[in-house]
Amino acid sequence: MDDALLDKLEILADAAKYDASCASSGAKRRTGGPDGIGSTTGAGICHAYTPDGRCVSLLKILLTNYCLFDCAYCINRRSSNVRRARFSVDEVVRLTLGFYKRNCIEGLFLSSGIIRSPDYTMEQLMLVARTLRRDHGFAGYIHLKTIPEASPWLIEQAGLWADRLSINLELASDRSLKEFAPEKDGTAIKAVMGQVGERILEAKEEKRRFSPAGQSTQMIVGADASTDLSVLETSDTLYRRYGLRRVYYSAFSPIPEASSALPAKPPPLQRENRLYQADWLLRYYGFTVEEIAAGGEGGMLDLGIDPKLAWALKNRERFPVDVNSADREMLLRVPGLGARAVDKIVEARRHTTLRLEDVARLSSGLKRARAFLIAADHHPGGLTDRADLRQRLVAPPKQLSLF
Amino acid sequence: MYRVDLKDGADLDGFRRALRGLVALGADPGEVVWSVGAAPSLFGDDAPLPADAPPVSLPRPVGALIESVVCHRDPERYALLHRLVWRVLRGERDMLDHHADPLVHRLALLDKAVRRDLHKMHAFLRFREVRDPDGAERYVAWFEPDHFIVEATAPFFVERFESLVWTILTPVGSLQWDRRSLTVGPAAVKPEGLDRDDRFAEGWQRYYESTFNPARVNPAAMRAEMPRKYWANLPEAAAIPGMIRSAPARVQAMIEAEAATPRRRNPDKAVAAMARQEPATLAELNRIILAADPLVPGATQAVPGEGPVGAAIAIVGEQPGDQEDLEGRPFVGPAGQLLTRALEEAGIERSAAYLTNAVKHFKFVARGKRRLHQSPTAGEVKHYRWWLMKELGFVRPRLVVTLGATAALALTGRSVSVLRERGPMGFGDWNGFVTVHPSYLLRLPAGETAEQAYRDFVADLRRAREMVGEPPDA
Repeated sequence: MDDALLDKLEILADAAKYDASCASSGAKRRTGGPDGIGSTTGAGICHAYTPDGRCVSLLKILLTNYCLFDCAYCINRRSSNVRRARFSVDEVVRLTLGFYKRNCIEGLFLSSGIIRSPDYTMEQLMLVARTLRRDHGFAGYIHLKTIPEASPWLIEQAGLWADRLSINLELASDRSLKEFAPEKDGTAIKAVMGQVGERILEAKEEKRRFSPAGQSTQMIVGADASTDLSVLETSDTLYRRYGLRRVYYSAFSPIPEASSALPAKPPPLQRENRLYQADWLLRYYGFTVEEIAAGGEGGMLDLGIDPKLAWALKNRERFPVDVNSADREMLLRVPGLGARAVDKIVEARRHTTLRLEDVARLSSGLKRARAFLIAADHHPGGLTDRADLRQRLVAPPKQLSLF
Repeated sequence: MYRVDLKDGADLDGFRRALRGLVALGADPGEVVWSVGAAPSLFGDDAPLPADAPPVSLPRPVGALIESVVCHRDPERYALLHRLVWRVLRGERDMLDHHADPLVHRLALLDKAVRRDLHKMHAFLRFREVRDPDGAERYVAWFEPDHFIVEATAPFFVERFESLVWTILTPVGSLQWDRRSLTVGPAAVKPEGLDRDDRFAEGWQRYYESTFNPARVNPAAMRAEMPRKYWANLPEAAAIPGMIRSAPARVQAMIEAEAATPRRRNPDKAVAAMARQEPATLAELNRIILAADPLVPGATQAVPGEGPVGAAIAIVGEQPGDQEDLEGRPFVGPAGQLLTRALEEAGIERSAAYLTNAVKHFKFVARGKRRLHQSPTAGEVKHYRWWLMKELGFVRPRLVVTLGATAALALTGRSVSVLRERGPMGFGDWNGFVTVHPSYLLRLPAGETAEQAYRDFVADLRRAREMVGEPPDA
């Protein structure tokens, strides 16, 4: 690896880092064998964490950050003064294999600015994946970003080699897309999601290999005026209609060379965090978008407490629930109890009547749960309905020392 | 009292042997002293364990838990496992489901710690490339796990790096893989000079720094998953303090910087060019088709359509067969020859028609030397449909004749019963005509039925010819 390649790596990693997705999970177990290289384990591995707390699992780079599009939120928009670079197909292959052999990564997450034409760009991405798989027997994880404006056949060729395909919606509403990403077309993006979703389902039924780890997308939060309610409604539609595996939320983050349409400001990290929590409630806890939104005010989630606690505080008549007799769905709604803790409770209570200390061994969230739970030796009494319950459950702000 | 001496580390075999003996004797866990890596007892008053006690039958999850927990550093691990087995054998066979039981909970914590340690070793171990004197590629890693997991991690590294030669060194054991066999070795010391001469290691550090977003700095979240104890052996971690220190200033600078004045570059031409990416001619489309990979691996090459642009009739078959796949031309095998004959009898010149297939690659199963045709699935037909539609768009025939069910499916998007629905049919933008595939005629046993079927096929083609206005037979 020479200095020129190192410089390109720096530019094109920096250019790719605003994409939140880095998952390497969901692929079937697979190994490269004696002539290939690599394996996938199904669960994915984070090989490092950066000081922003994010996991480094895949080599996340752009093929190039030259771009014909002019999306206001993006550091790589054509009107930005950022430094530009471009990898060859071969360079990306070499970097991926070099880092993979050193056990730095699970695989590659490749995206790109749009150069020449969407088809040309998509074809280059596909060629990287094909070269890795066919010429090097690479069995690690490959996530390709799909260029929604590219021809369908190219996207489908990409699905032959990739573990996951994704298309970023970026903004929750078509109106915002028009305003901030004039070359993008929300309808076209969803049409491709539909196409990819259909192919994934067909391939599964026909036992063919096509993007086996499904597809995902990302929405930027805090760049436009979309409410949490409208973001979650969009997610809900994406999960239901297109069978998406994941929706990622990315707090709009200040970028060098910010556009005058969206000047730099600190990212709304807490909001992003609450959206992820709400997303889990949607997918694994049986909540509806309306219920989640009702926990907050005016379509925005409560930033001070998690959305499950917010819902419980507004629906206290449903509590307390008895840990020894409540059904699984209701236990999932108890603040502080995660899905895994609930499963353990359901299994353990067949053997014994659970006391509060038993629950403490099964869940680390007992502090929040105890106001909503009845156990063999515990009843919250009036605690559930106390007006100051919220204050009691939220950690008091740390005393500032005054000098 | 019983005293059991086990080896240092994860002595699964020793524990298994001792457990069999203890179970055979009916020893109460309270009467057993477990000692690890110590000199044998000086006092000879401990009862000896029977050497060849029979195996103990345990539920599978208990066996798996034992294999994991023996890797833990906790000196109490063997005693805890013995108590678990003792209770399981005394009737609590499902006791692992009783997650709130203090013993089960304690063992679950040990198991979790071991599994986390395994996971972190898979994640944070870094290989360095060292060149052998003969120039061969070889990789070496140094890692310090919390527990006795080195052997337990071997399957992961062997599976992933089977084609490489590598060595993993740790303070509690080592592994060596030569592409064929694994050698488990003794504890090692950290080798000197691993950091030299590996540009990829330098590249990795640059990547790590570049992929960090200073506006989201959150060291606590990082340390929760990547505690400091791992940093010493992670080359990229050397940059962490500097990255955290400079983050606030970098963010401040971004926020205070005035919004950038966009470069005055007129993108209109480039953006217009973008819209012209679709293939403009049939030849361009065919180049794309020929360069594409088959959806189901196996085919020699793609077989594009054949015939003049502007042909009055386009004939769509199912997919190339064995011979078509080898020659790269449509309808040259037995069914193709039959089609050519039928076309002739119907008064259609083969070279004046456009011939193509719904699916462009041959799909087969190998049976000895023979390649047996396999019908494409509905999903595969859909995948190839985009090309077929483009193709017809360039040829612009006045009539599209589909041969067989697959072609009819490609044009209509639904499953068509060919024998019942044969005849004219609208295909959206195209006037269509549905008839049988000549390979169906070849499959019929010779006789009156087959001859009648062939006559019907020729009659269909004749009708098709009349539909495009060619004069009837003279």
